[in-house]
Amino acid sequence: MADKVQTSAQGALDGLLFDGMTIMAGGFGLCGIPENLIAAVRASGVNDLTVISNNCGVDDFGLGILLAGGQIRKMISSYVGENRLFERLYLAGELELEFNPQGTLAERIRAGGAGVAAFFTRTGVGTQVAEGKEVREFDGELYVMERALTADLAIVRAWKGDAAGNLVYRKTARNFNPVMATAGKVTVAEVETLAPIGALGPDQIHTPGIFVDRIVQGAAYERRIERVTTRPRAAAVAREEV
Amino acid sequence: MAWTREEMAARAAAELRDGFYVNLGIGIPTLVANHIPAGVQVTLQSENGMLGMGPFPYEGEADPDLINAGKQTITELASSSYFSSADSFAMIRGGHIDLSILGGMQVAENGDLANWMVPGKMVKGMGGAMDLVAGVRRVVVVMEHTERSGAAKLVRRCSLPLTGAGVVDLVITDLGVFQIARHGGGVRLTERAAGVDLEEIRAKTEGAFEVAT
Repeated sequence: MADKVQTSAQGALDGLLFDGMTIMAGGFGLCGIPENLIAAVRASGVNDLTVISNNCGVDDFGLGILLAGGQIRKMISSYVGENRLFERLYLAGELELEFNPQGTLAERIRAGGAGVAAFFTRTGVGTQVAEGKEVREFDGELYVMERALTADLAIVRAWKGDAAGNLVYRKTARNFNPVMATAGKVTVAEVETLAPIGALGPDQIHTPGIFVDRIVQGAAYERRIERVTTRPRAAAVAREEV
Repeated sequence: MAWTREEMAARAAAELRDGFYVNLGIGIPTLVANHIPAGVQVTLQSENGMLGMGPFPYEGEADPDLINAGKQTITELASSSYFSSADSFAMIRGGHIDLSILGGMQVAENGDLANWMVPGKMVKGMGGAMDLVAGVRRVVVVMEHTERSGAAKLVRRCSLPLTGAGVVDLVITDLGVFQIARHGGGVRLTERAAGVDLEEIRAKTEGAFEVAT
């Protein structure tokens, strides 16, 4: 069996990057993003990229560093409100942007990975999203046709993985990662822990190894939180001993 | 007196029913979770891939892998589950969520909603809002009655790009509550905030509405 395990994020992308390519990147906000692989794409200097990702990071972290590097030509996303540089580049006409409703984005990617060319959804009917697309009536309701999405490369992040490419995600860091893993011509996964074969438990695998071509344990994880929101502990009642 | 944000959230919480699966949007809708009526149990869905959202974590216990759709740190409950974005929107689009409460920029007489874009000004994106209004059984919009400029937000026709056409069932503003019958059945004012008179509501509303008697 081909050895999928790589020793560095840079090595994991060796031979895969070219100018003008399309890259899918997992994550929601900064949660579950392939931060080591994004840094390796940044360091490679590859440019003219089309990037498919729900968001575009923040100004200095996540996909935001590719924006800052001038490497992205076009983004396909559902929400980019966290990124001021993005807004500035877009309004200045230096960045192409295709907004997809989040569920449509997820389903287009799922369809791409599953060999389904297109599907019909009620989402976006009667809005800008449906402009130029086929709208068809089924059982008295209008649906808009959406095409599948694939990419030259998908980069995803999981909590644990093994040499077979099996992946397990943690909590809401799962998000777009499992669907994107299915939709890359080549899929590279970075994991926080590379576990021995058998340790993950076949019934617990979220992404079966067939979808993963290369796997690397990330060198370090910043695990940055976008909005730390907490509640106070129940205040201790002020009292004095008598 | 017009309702405060918390009072609007409390009024929205009165739309919750025991056993509901509910998705709450960003802003005032998030506050609805603080006003769930006694005896009503609901399960909160977060479209980034979680069912059964718990409260915000205690200080020092935030987990970078556990956030809501507004990117705030949250906690899990014993009954929680996690899933992919594709499964999350299968729940939403597939009609499995009972109620969506979200914010709005404009709502029209026919139930059209605009809440994701101001051309040339605001570039943020629709996120999951278009899927929510298209797929969830009942859609409640909570918003201020007017813009800061004073411009009406309850309008005849939305001038902003739509999030969904004919999708809103109920609008709760700081001045009152409006029922909308989808597919052209019209708008009815059913409640006024205490101390807000009908004249004020009429003056601040562009769209036509009838008054429930």
